Amino acid sequence: MRFGVLQFPGSCDDLDALAAARRVGDAQLLWHRERDLRGADAIVVPGGFSYGDYLRAGAIARFSPAMESVIAFAAEGGLVLGICNGFQVLCEARLLPGALLGNANLRFTFRQVELEVVQGETAFTGACDAGARLSIPAKHAWGRYYAPAQALAAMEQAGQVLLRYAPGENFNGSVNDIAGVRNEAGNVFGLMPHPEHAVEELIGGSTDGLKIFESMRLAVEGARA
Amino acid sequence: MAGEGTASAALPSVEDALALGLTRAEYELVCAKQGGPPNVLELAMYSLLWSEHCAYKHSKALLRTLPTEGAHVVMGPGENAGAVDVGGGLVCAFKVESHNHPSAVEPFQGAATGVGGILRDIFAIGARPIAVLDSLRFGEPGGERVRYLLDGAVAGIGHYGNSIGVPTVGGEVYFEAPYEQNCLVNAMALGLARREGLVRSAAAGPGNVVVLFGAATGRDGIGGASVLASAELSADGEMRPTVQVGDPFEEKKLLECSLELLERGLIVSLQDLGAAGLTSSASEMASKGAVGIDIDVARVPLREPGMEPFEVMVSESQERMLCVVEPANVDAVMELCEKWEVGGTAIGTVTDSARMRVLCDGELVGDMPVSALVDDCPLYELQPRKPQQPIYTPPPPTAGLTLQTPPREILLAILSSPNMSSRRPLFEQYDAIVQSRTVRRPDQADAAVLALPDGGALAVSIDGNGRRVAADPYRGTMAAVLECAANLACVGAEPLGTTNNLNFGNPEKPHIAWQLSESVRGLGEACRALDAPIVGGNVSLYNEGAAGPIYPTPVIGMVGRLPDARRAGRLGFQRAGDEVALAGPFGPSLAASELAKLLGQALPDGLAEFDIAAVCAAQRAVREAVRAGALSSAHDIAEGGLALALAECCLAGDLGAEVELGGDFREAISPVAAGPGSVSPASTLASALFGEGPGGFLVSGGAGALEALAGRVPLRRIGAVGGVALRIAAAGETLTLTLAELNKASSSLGELFR
Repeated sequence: MRFGVLQFPGSCDDLDALAAARRVGDAQLLWHRERDLRGADAIVVPGGFSYGDYLRAGAIARFSPAMESVIAFAAEGGLVLGICNGFQVLCEARLLPGALLGNANLRFTFRQVELEVVQGETAFTGACDAGARLSIPAKHAWGRYYAPAQALAAMEQAGQVLLRYAPGENFNGSVNDIAGVRNEAGNVFGLMPHPEHAVEELIGGSTDGLKIFESMRLAVEGARA
Repeated sequence: MAGEGTASAALPSVEDALALGLTRAEYELVCAKQGGPPNVLELAMYSLLWSEHCAYKHSKALLRTLPTEGAHVVMGPGENAGAVDVGGGLVCAFKVESHNHPSAVEPFQGAATGVGGILRDIFAIGARPIAVLDSLRFGEPGGERVRYLLDGAVAGIGHYGNSIGVPTVGGEVYFEAPYEQNCLVNAMALGLARREGLVRSAAAGPGNVVVLFGAATGRDGIGGASVLASAELSADGEMRPTVQVGDPFEEKKLLECSLELLERGLIVSLQDLGAAGLTSSASEMASKGAVGIDIDVARVPLREPGMEPFEVMVSESQERMLCVVEPANVDAVMELCEKWEVGGTAIGTVTDSARMRVLCDGELVGDMPVSALVDDCPLYELQPRKPQQPIYTPPPPTAGLTLQTPPREILLAILSSPNMSSRRPLFEQYDAIVQSRTVRRPDQADAAVLALPDGGALAVSIDGNGRRVAADPYRGTMAAVLECAANLACVGAEPLGTTNNLNFGNPEKPHIAWQLSESVRGLGEACRALDAPIVGGNVSLYNEGAAGPIYPTPVIGMVGRLPDARRAGRLGFQRAGDEVALAGPFGPSLAASELAKLLGQALPDGLAEFDIAAVCAAQRAVREAVRAGALSSAHDIAEGGLALALAECCLAGDLGAEVELGGDFREAISPVAAGPGSVSPASTLASALFGEGPGGFLVSGGAGALEALAGRVPLRRIGAVGGVALRIAAAGETLTLTLAELNKASSSLGELFR
């Protein structure tokens, strides 16, 4: 199992995602100017501020050479995980439905949040039980998930919402308390909270985030077997 | 292109020199050093390098009295940042710096570029920045201006730190009237490097190439060092063009590029461009290497056309670095600059002339001896005199609050006051966890704790109570240093080194000179007692406006190490049934306390004496108990006294406590009376509950652990952890507050961010 973690010049959580992925498999960084995904079985688009994000979070990154390859990789069914800024990039790239708007409190906010696993049997949540709770930190200024009512109803119907903020935890004002969504095909997933920052008891007091990476490993190895 | 203002143009007069901040005598000395009157460019460069900000002309003599050497010190004052050995072949670089006047003019950019500047200092010596802390001071949060400054400064710090991927792990904020016109924004940064990877800023090797990389140079921040940082603040607004604008994305690329250049061994030396821009960084590199430097300003990439040579030399455009490169490596350096998309340009050469020469397209436009620029600024002796009259007006009293008010109401008043309420509304705006090193986040412990690769951890704390320093510059400063060390002790860390930012008023005034010299005396004494030498720092003087000077505010940053990150201490109560004890030689007094402020009391003339050796011994004992994993929680008793510390332990652990202080409690902890004529039962009870002073710790743990600690330090068991309320029985009175009530009172600061 080999993860490829994209690295933009303004990525901040790239090394954290790399270290988290290495807890469940092999992982390497992929430079934003390179098109070669170097045989990755799954891609992580990490958090940060890809190209500074002065225009709109992720708006420029989606045109990078590496992202062009990721878009092709996703079209062929490859697993792609977008975290925070990575989620924004995947929405900008239309790999995921909806958009991320400014937080309801209009401020960058860092908080440990409780998430509810809505769908347990997916490539990204296979290691969790449906209904289980995950304690994972979130930190962003633009994390209010939004999709038009009709699209939203279709997504809910199709089971594309994988994670919701638990009651009282939705600080950014996301519609339907959505914290993470997948695409229709089920091979692309984005979430605002940072699973790579909940992989070790010593740092953060929770290992719940590891389950996302572990689920991806199970999915890749299951498909291979 | 930029042909005017050269040596051939009309020379500036002595009045021009005065307008740039030099004195008449200084101007004459410049003429003597130059062998004639300087031209515009030369005068501009002298005026910046001879400013207080660059030359420390009023503080250098005092700073020389500070201890700077110790077993752990790897790099002391004089470089971009200091560094201490943290074991495992690693060093920690750290420094605190101020951006007070820019923040008072434009808080968002002022604070943002303050963070950007201190981060550059860290990676300029080859260390990867791993944490930021901040220390903020504002006026009383009633008016719109304080809200604007607070909101802007916090947003600016967050904008820069969050965007560049360096966690903001701690900090402090206080609100006091003397900071109304002149807020303080101090930022501290820490970095990690392999010991052999550290680089100095001294230029070397005549013939080597000087390369400027990073952002293009514009007209922003021209004259910032002399005009903004070295004079008292005048009317609002007109100084805004001298504040720089920060770009964290540019700095992120600059940081990665700098570290990769060093890692690949491509550069000889490295220096960031801060105050006074190219003028200061090139001159200091030349001075430290005892060489000369030629710079051709026509080669500097500009943001706008038509900039004069002097403007290029003094611009304070952010996100720029200067390095010295052997000719054979220039191509490789340019290639790396291209990879990170930071423009790299060869703008000059190292010479053996010992002169700083500025050219424009090959034509000489400025020529100065390096030593005259950097070393020959006259130093001034302070004329300290203790003021005969109080300098500061007493704060307005809180309506309805007296020493006779029931203790429960007093505790609520303190807990909900802007200085003591929860800092959560601030630190929630900062990313505290990026880089996956943060073992203790804000609110989890007295100091931030950052894991090291060898299983140990760094701990860091920043502190400085200006009101107590105003009451007694010598003891108040000692207490601030001891408080940092106490914070480290509570997580189990031993101090390795200290940094400081001395924020004071105009040192040319005798009473400010007295505050400054007494404060530095206390700083040195406390650092010696703790064996935590000063490895770097900064001085910010002239912090006063029409309403008078700020409280003298030495901001202390201290870095320590603990051997086992898994045993890092916590501040909150952890386990129902644990015993609670007061440990240490605690002699609480209401003098200059938070309660005294709320009561509207004037500052006392001096703080109570304390035994610094006994305080240090108590810190050692607590540190060792934490390291042994014996205690469930440890918290330093600081502002608001014992009662506030109890409330904080309850809130952080989400657990109540039952505390019984007993009839002999007041005598046992020997409270010092509030002041002459105020000794009454109510005031002694208030002193015991809310009095302040160094040396006290609130610890919780099993009976055996507290027993063991009692063998080493004065210790008194006062109660047990449990329930959903804090109950304190003292002198026949019982105070009960539920966790919900404590929480509500403590969350008052959120109002300021609505």
